[in-house]
Amino acid sequence: MPDLKTVVLSNQEIAPGYYRMKILAPGYTQLSSPGQFVMLRVQNSLTPLLRRPLGIYRVGFAPADCDTLPPKEFVELIYKVVGSGTEIMRELEVGAPVELLGPLGTGFEFGAAGTEKIMVGGGIGLVPLYMLAQELVKTSAVKLLIGGRTRDDIILASEFERLGVKVEVATEDGSMGTKGLVTKILEQQLDVSKQTEVFACGPMPMLDAVEKICTSREVPLQVSLEALMACGVGACLGCVVKGEGHTSSEPNYLCTCTAGPVFDATNLDWKKTAAIKMAGGGK
Amino acid sequence: MSKSTEQQFKPNLAVDVAGLKLKNPIMPASGTFGYGEEYSPYLDLNQLGAIVTKGMSLNPKAGNNTPRICETVSGMLNAIGLQNVGVDAFIKDKMAFLANYDTPVIVNFFGNTQEEYGEVAARLDDVPGVAALEMNISCPNVKQGGIVFGTEPQAAAEVISLVRKRTSKPLIVKLTPNVTDIQVMARASEEAGADALSLINTLTGMAVDVKTRKPRIANTIGGLSGPAIRPVAVRLVHQVVQAVKLPVIGIGGITSAVDALEFLIVGAKAVQVGTANFVDPTAMATIIADLEKFCIDDGITDINALIGSLEL
Ligand SMILES: Cc1cc2nc3c(=O)[nH]c(=O)nc-3n(C[C@H](O)[C@H](O)[C@H](O)COP(=O)(O)OP(=O)(O)OC[C@H]3O[C@@H](n4cnc5c(N)ncnc54)[C@H](O)[C@@H]3O)c2cc1C
Ligand SMILES: Cc1cc2nc3c(=O)[nH]c(=O)nc-3n(C[C@H](O)[C@H](O)[C@H](O)COP(=O)(O)O)c2cc1C
Ligand code: FES
Repeated sequence: MPDLKTVVLSNQEIAPGYYRMKILAPGYTQLSSPGQFVMLRVQNSLTPLLRRPLGIYRVGFAPADCDTLPPKEFVELIYKVVGSGTEIMRELEVGAPVELLGPLGTGFEFGAAGTEKIMVGGGIGLVPLYMLAQELVKTSAVKLLIGGRTRDDIILASEFERLGVKVEVATEDGSMGTKGLVTKILEQQLDVSKQTEVFACGPMPMLDAVEKICTSREVPLQVSLEALMACGVGACLGCVVKGEGHTSSEPNYLCTCTAGPVFDATNLDWKKTAAIKMAGGGK
Repeated sequence: MSKSTEQQFKPNLAVDVAGLKLKNPIMPASGTFGYGEEYSPYLDLNQLGAIVTKGMSLNPKAGNNTPRICETVSGMLNAIGLQNVGVDAFIKDKMAFLANYDTPVIVNFFGNTQEEYGEVAARLDDVPGVAALEMNISCPNVKQGGIVFGTEPQAAAEVISLVRKRTSKPLIVKLTPNVTDIQVMARASEEAGADALSLINTLTGMAVDVKTRKPRIANTIGGLSGPAIRPVAVRLVHQVVQAVKLPVIGIGGITSAVDALEFLIVGAKAVQVGTANFVDPTAMATIIADLEKFCIDDGITDINALIGSLEL
């Protein structure tokens, strides 16, 4: 988990408001595992002050500038412009200096080889699922259920399909795929499947619903959470969520940045999801 | 102006704070560096002047609801609520790691009552490897916490003298800036038996999300830290240095060697780096290297010559 002073290799809009950024990241192909994240310092100044947590979408090698040089090892991020930090990221040009701390956190467990895997995500929640899919397709049939308000929210579907993942879409306005919430298609899937494991990342209300569906059917579930973070390394205790059995006399706060961002759903306190919701940025 | 051809010397960065010999005047601020281990992959802890740990209480403490942090202009608000593992678990689980380093360990602690303060201090007293205690009488976050002690000279003096009786270690009292007259608090701490003072803890602050009309942190009020508070901190250190003979450790918004030098020049013997660790986990190593460079460039052979060198 080095702290790299490095540069942007590419930065492009992939859908309205969504961007893809490649950053030179020696060591990342070896170090990263699915579900981990980085803390990105978007520019060398004190505004914005804190680094921004961003999921690792993909790692790999890009061709070198010339034959005599080795290929460039990169980490790829997908981000949505929501505020000052991501606004600055949008403007970064090829070669712009950035500081990259990572890979950080605990990612996904891959589950039993051979059992069907269902991934559920929406918007930026798809980001940590890509590397997971790369791993899961090696041993199992993998489905991805993508949810969004409208068809513009459905990003990255073809990238997952290229990995051999079967993709299904639900939009609330019916402009693409099934009309309704993504949890509707999850329920339909689980009704016909026997042995399934579920992996989810997205807005808290979605995760909440997915948890209820999976728990009632005794389907194993892992979720990737978001939290406001200052340090990303377990030092500030700003990013905690309530773990299973948490009470004020016997606290069980877990750091999203070290124990997570991916948690086995049974390790979290879903009764108090209001508190978990707040950890996700108050939305 | 320094030329590489010139004979380079190695300036002395070592300082002495209440009998503590520090390799250099740079150490982390409590609560921003975990228990040291969290940052050990990024920074050689042996480089630091000291290590200051997260605030410890007698019993484990849950801390506040989330969200606990938010960014503000050139700073951040936090209301962590002093979440910690409790002093016994700290001694059992966290000290062993720190024993791997030859850097003095300063343990920050607090209590909800005078007795709790005394008891934590007593339990840390015979722990090998604890070089000094830093007593937080200033945390603004917890309702029954330090605030009463840190803002009333009488209450502060009582709890400090009680702790004084229960520890033989150097006792650093950490002051809150949220008072009318910091000099009164500094003098009260000195008379009650403090060996050194550290300041400032966070300034109380608040931020509102105008869309939801809710406070941006669950506790409503939090502690402001980061570059935004530095001028306030420099001013308070300056005032405290005038008021007492005790060595002072300066804290507040330090991100660079230049920032650290401001505090040293007004008279701080050492400084703590807090929020900057989040921004750059190697910040303290850079500050130490740059302090050395500053001394070389200015022909200063001993950093102690800079301490309190403010020209008025
Ligand atoms: C582990 C993790 C992985 C993430 N992965 C991605 C990703 O792959 N792509 C992506 O676009 N975003 C991701 N996020 C969210 C991302 O960190 C925030 O969108 C970003 O920090 C916003 O920064 P800003 O300066 O643009 O917005 P700000 O001006 O800071 O805030 C704008 C809005 O975003 C919300 N926000 C700020 N920080 C966070 C946060 N950490 N989590 C949730 N909401 C936040 C604020 O509450 C506010 O409403 C991830 C967050 C975490 C914790
Ligand atoms: C997240 C966070 C947690 C903190 N926890 C403690 C603590 O446990 N005890 C304490 O005395 N001060 C605590 N502080 C205050 C810092 O030690 C320091 O006094 C303050 O942040 C100002 O320095 P800075 O501007 O360099 O961060 C905390 C600060 C932050 C930002
Ligand atoms: S972000 Fe600091 S502890 Fe998780």
